[in-house]
Amino acid sequence: MLIKLTGGTIYDPASGIAGQQQDIYLQNGRIINPPAEAKADKEYDLKGKVVMSGAIDMHTHIGGGKGNIARTLLPEDHRTDPVARTAICRSGCGHAMPSTFVTGYRYAEMGYTAGFEPALLPINARQAHMEMGDIPILDKGGYVMLGSDDYLLRMLTAKKDQKAINDYVAWTIQSAKAIGVKVVNPGGINAFKFNQRKLDLDEQNSHYGVTPREILQVLATAVKDIGISHPLHVHGCNLGVPGNMQTTLDTIQGIGGLPMHLTHIQFHSYGTEGDFKFSSGAAQIAEAINKNKNITIDVGQILFGQTVTASGDNMRQHANHKHASPNKWVTMDIECDAGCGVVPFKYKDQNFVNALQWAIGLETFLLVDDPWRIFLTTDHPNGAPFTSYPHLIRLLMDKSFRNDMLATIHPEAQKMTTLASIDREYSLQEIAIMTRAGAAKLIGLKDRGGLSAGNWADITVYTDNPNREQMFEKPDYVFKDGELVVVDGKVVATKWGTTHTVKPDFDPTVEKDLQAYFDRYLTMKLGNFKMSDDEITEDGRGSITVHPLKGAAA
Amino acid sequence: MTEITEVPSPFCGIGTDDLTIRIDGVSLKVIENGCSVNTPLFEQAITDTSPRVEGKEVSLEIAVAKASALLKDTKLPVIGGCATDVNGMRGLLALADRSGAVVDNMNFVGARNNFLALQDSGWMNTTLAEVKNRCDLLLVVGTDLEAFAPRFFQRYLWTEAMFLEDSSQRQVIYLGTPPSGNASTSPKGNKAQIFECATSALPEVMAVLRALVKKQPIRSETVAGIAVTDLQHLADQLIAAKYSVVTWAAGALAFNQAELTVQMLSEMVKDVNNQNTRCSGLPLAGKEGDQTANQVCGWTTGYPTRTRFSRGYPEYDPFLNDSRVLLENGEADALVWVQAFNANAVPPMTNLPTIVVGRSGMTFAKEPDVFIPVGTPGIDHAGHAYRMDNVVAIRLKKLRDSGLPSTAEVLNAIEQSL
Repeated sequence: MLIKLTGGTIYDPASGIAGQQQDIYLQNGRIINPPAEAKADKEYDLKGKVVMSGAIDMHTHIGGGKGNIARTLLPEDHRTDPVARTAICRSGCGHAMPSTFVTGYRYAEMGYTAGFEPALLPINARQAHMEMGDIPILDKGGYVMLGSDDYLLRMLTAKKDQKAINDYVAWTIQSAKAIGVKVVNPGGINAFKFNQRKLDLDEQNSHYGVTPREILQVLATAVKDIGISHPLHVHGCNLGVPGNMQTTLDTIQGIGGLPMHLTHIQFHSYGTEGDFKFSSGAAQIAEAINKNKNITIDVGQILFGQTVTASGDNMRQHANHKHASPNKWVTMDIECDAGCGVVPFKYKDQNFVNALQWAIGLETFLLVDDPWRIFLTTDHPNGAPFTSYPHLIRLLMDKSFRNDMLATIHPEAQKMTTLASIDREYSLQEIAIMTRAGAAKLIGLKDRGGLSAGNWADITVYTDNPNREQMFEKPDYVFKDGELVVVDGKVVATKWGTTHTVKPDFDPTVEKDLQAYFDRYLTMKLGNFKMSDDEITEDGRGSITVHPLKGAAA
Repeated sequence: MTEITEVPSPFCGIGTDDLTIRIDGVSLKVIENGCSVNTPLFEQAITDTSPRVEGKEVSLEIAVAKASALLKDTKLPVIGGCATDVNGMRGLLALADRSGAVVDNMNFVGARNNFLALQDSGWMNTTLAEVKNRCDLLLVVGTDLEAFAPRFFQRYLWTEAMFLEDSSQRQVIYLGTPPSGNASTSPKGNKAQIFECATSALPEVMAVLRALVKKQPIRSETVAGIAVTDLQHLADQLIAAKYSVVTWAAGALAFNQAELTVQMLSEMVKDVNNQNTRCSGLPLAGKEGDQTANQVCGWTTGYPTRTRFSRGYPEYDPFLNDSRVLLENGEADALVWVQAFNANAVPPMTNLPTIVVGRSGMTFAKEPDVFIPVGTPGIDHAGHAYRMDNVVAIRLKKLRDSGLPSTAEVLNAIEQSL
């Protein structure tokens, strides 16, 4: 079927188009060049409408054990947002940590067509993929978590060379079906198991003698050497600790120009000034990011209200449990591989720290110059549920709305932020970069995130509205792989997206040492640990898309 | 005849995946690394291969059509058992969503002790590889561990550990139920310490132990027959250990309000972590798909099993959605029993229309309206099942061609025909 989208105003940063009127043709799931015989089977009149590619959330906790712990922990939250079955959609629950089906519907209803789980534990990869396998409409993928696994730390202690580490990293990516590599509190999750309660960038793991700085260097190098498009995805040391701005600056400095993505940087941008010994480090962090072109970030904006924080960082989550609201929390040490911590949070605008966290996130958005190197996230659900993105977009695009909100937060926090003096308002094109073209480029998604011919037809159509929150929460149309799935902000049809991966080569002899290690120390056979493709595809719904490595022929 | 090695087991809950199984046609023989739990469940012969409606053998299509007809006009069907693999649970929840059913896992009464504690205050837990490599003191509360999982000690304690000089020096301490055998005795002959008390006295004993960990004064000299000085020593050992682990099987705590004991124990674990050392909980479970049922129900609905769909959306209630109560009170109007692992776990007696999707070989005191024998995940088809520690889903292998359909195939067919 040939579909014609007629006369829409196109924002397609991937092809440098910013607000030009243009027709788009779709066929067999893809965008095509205008056909010679342009008799469309179906035409949509998009005159006056804003057209972007489907949005991509490059950091959202949508699959894996800690999310399911968060769900199980909070029945009272689900009860506030029951979601009934319809003729098209399955039932479930919403709010902070929605059920898988509802996750897919609500993302699609906001114009998103892909989401990436940033913390795929190698040992928990099956669960993450099974949960994501029950998320309809969206494409998905994950970044596999390394850096606190005993195998890597043993390699570092044994002074294994970079090639050996590259092979292990590539092997892990393949066995977990990932598209990138993440490190969370580098070595800190491991150190917590040895009863260390904090770990600075240059502090040694008490057992291995390895520092976070060394872990970051070998992993960032591995990612680059192997040719993974997505830079090493880093949740740094000292999350949430006042003064951690310096750790973050040192981390940027210490990576020595290697590509590195610093995630939810808001949680790592705190100073120690003022009466409460808690201040914004956003200006210094933004300056460092503007200066260091090898660095990309996502913000991890907090927004006020109830949510739940779910992180691999059990060291910091344990330290933060005293803030749990409601007062219940979970941490886990996991399989000599990683860990997790789940702590419910209620961010309050009349709490000084929370109010300033809100301002720090917004300062970061507004002070980082290059929208290709900053991404719109709330670290769902940690800063706020993903359903708050339209509100966040309005805060970025509408200075007077932002200042109205600023005037309502804790008065001492207002004094500690420069937000009121920042005039910047994001443009539609900049939003499209952050949430589409930039994200696709960062992750290395071939044929996604753009509207030129050859791209998959993931397309979102909005009605231009000066109230950007209303505009972005209710698209007129969303197409996924060329199929119309949302009309007027409601799902009208469902389908199944693909799982995006990379398959880097490794020296097969890497399995010799791994086999011995698994047999001696782990609780599973190596052969049973590795995921096979059919685990994702055998139910007939899932599929795997393998993206090219950097330097490989596209 | 073939032999398959590194076979994972969905039965024991501790994720053994080193079995060697000889396959001769459709008969299986565990050659290596069997145990009293796994071996009989792997070796059980296939008897039924054909579905039955009212006791008469019929085709799968006819059985599915009959099941669908029985469910069509029901107001509150209950789906019990919930003992299957991940895909089976996906099919089960799709059927429940469509038919407005109550979903109730057969082991929920035990699991509830954990869920209520978790949902009230949370916990600090660990997983099996951490136990194997770090645990220097194992405290077993109210549970005969080796009867629960015969190979636990062999696989996870009396074996090489990454971070212990001599793994045979680990201390094992029982509180409550004493062990039924000697698996907890170390290879060097060190026997476990046992502080025996009645299971029903555990609330008191745990409360005193936690108080001692928190350095609160205790005036009594004994509690439930255990000397407080012994408990004081135990509290000191927990604090002196580098990585102690406290384990329990929620189902073994068979007394009222046992969730408060799980909570006491879990809060004590947190307290130990506040005394400059590490300590973790390790809930024992994972048999017959119980963790699998709650995991899949968790991501599909937000809640553990004991969730109903009768109002069009999931509602969780760990007491009101008890399928046996709903059957006995006459609130339910049909029963679907799903049990792909254990032919001996038969549905509760009821006069309501009953559909059984069960392991081949199930025998019934009263023939159900529909019986559809299904393959066992990990024997007749591939699949996924969760281990006791919840983090690890094991990849189950297909070992033979029995021709039996999977739970997912059967439940999806019923759902589609509604």
